Amino acid sequence: MLDALLVQLNDISFHVQNRSILDSVSLSVRAGEIVTLIGPNGAGKTTLVKIVLGLLSPSSGSLVRNSKLRLGYMPQKFHLDPNLPLSVTRFLKLTQKADAAIEASLREVGILHLAKSAITSISGGELQRVLLARALLRKPQLLVLDEPVQGVDVAGQSELYQLISHVKDHYHCGVLMVSHDLHLVMSATDTVVCLNQHVCCQGHPDTVSSDPAYLSLFGKKGVDSMATYTHHHDHQHDLSGHVVDQQKERAGR
Amino acid sequence: MDILLYALLAGIGVALVAGPLGSFVVWRRMAYFSDTLAHSALLGVALGLVLSLPIPLMVVILCATLAVLLLLLQINQTLSADTLLGILAHTSLALGLFIVSFIKDIRIDLMAYLFGDLLSVTAQDLAWIYGGGLCILMTLILFWDSLLAVTVHEELARIEGVPVERIKLTLMLMLALVVAVAMKIVGVLLISALLIIPAATVRRHSNSPETMAIAASLCGMVAVIFGLSMSYHWDSPAGPSVVVACFVLFIGSQLIPVKTPQ
Repeated sequence: MLDALLVQLNDISFHVQNRSILDSVSLSVRAGEIVTLIGPNGAGKTTLVKIVLGLLSPSSGSLVRNSKLRLGYMPQKFHLDPNLPLSVTRFLKLTQKADAAIEASLREVGILHLAKSAITSISGGELQRVLLARALLRKPQLLVLDEPVQGVDVAGQSELYQLISHVKDHYHCGVLMVSHDLHLVMSATDTVVCLNQHVCCQGHPDTVSSDPAYLSLFGKKGVDSMATYTHHHDHQHDLSGHVVDQQKERAGR
Repeated sequence: MDILLYALLAGIGVALVAGPLGSFVVWRRMAYFSDTLAHSALLGVALGLVLSLPIPLMVVILCATLAVLLLLLQINQTLSADTLLGILAHTSLALGLFIVSFIKDIRIDLMAYLFGDLLSVTAQDLAWIYGGGLCILMTLILFWDSLLAVTVHEELARIEGVPVERIKLTLMLMLALVVAVAMKIVGVLLISALLIIPAATVRRHSNSPETMAIAASLCGMVAVIFGLSMSYHWDSPAGPSVVVACFVLFIGSQLIPVKTPQ
């Protein structure tokens, strides 16, 4: 039996002042499934995500979503005015008051040691984990992640994708994720939707990566050079690229 | 002595609410917005005089109308926000002065509205300040978390069920009210200073939004006391003296080293 359908988009179009951003896009996300949106800049990925979240209304087409669906969202842009003193814990309290729940979510994303740090003092990768922790506090049924690995180095990226995969299993939630690069997300993805204002191709990552539409969008050469460089690690890196032992030192400081 | 006591009470009342509201002005980068509201207050004064309605009431109504207008214009913006604010701020100030010049039978002291007239505070003014102040404080406490959530990230707040537009409107209306009650203290040209400087003064020494808001209130109160004593001893104008005191505190706070965490 198939898992519950969380969200379904039928022929969604979106335009701003006669400029078409999305053209007749259809997709669906089920519980326990990771759907990855890939596509070049300006392909309408963020717009599509905002339509799924209900932040934007489509110009035409229909969105089927239970109005009580619990959403967790990691925005692409998060900028906090440096004049606002806000610790990680206080930031999470905006969503959820209970200290125990906050501690649990920080532990789950591996940044319990940052609980008292100021949001403005942590690294880009750590901030991504804080945002994930906030999304998890809502016990999401659908997790929407807009470029979750931005500003994170390659080793940290695969670690973050593993975390997302783990989170999906733990909450049995659906994940809709935006990414630039298919190869890194491949192992964690069930369905890839290749978007360039319209859906160019979609399906299992292996099929999509050899699809002519995908290749013409990214170029054969670009695809090859994006292939992941695999090598054996004799040590671990944390999200910001530090070797883990150093991280312990940082935590104790 | 009564005059000084009234002035002190009025100043402290305004500083109390200016602290947290000023913090939001700083966090949301609304300095120019609060300036625009303040400038439009003079138009409210002029209309109040022309229509012989209570001046603070007219100022609240005018500032609130302008706040709503700005919110609507921001949604469908074709001009950038600061251009829009620049047009409205200076037009409303000029329009206020323009209308005031036609009022022949009433002698009004324009300087008092522009730079404040703290030493002429009446019991009725005090009632306005503390009545308005109480409304603002209660609203702040009631909606604190939502206000903060919207300030930190609007989209996240919206997804988590915060009525973003209503919260932004509430903040703007509170600012309109504080402008109306603070006009008597520092005048329309200096209100923004009372909002922004105390919040900026305590920023480096605060580690949470709540401590910053409360510390800004206290800092504003100290500045009022300090400014009024300057005014008393040297016979300097009260409003500008309070702002000068704010600035002195700001410079002082920049010189104090920040405690490094752990």
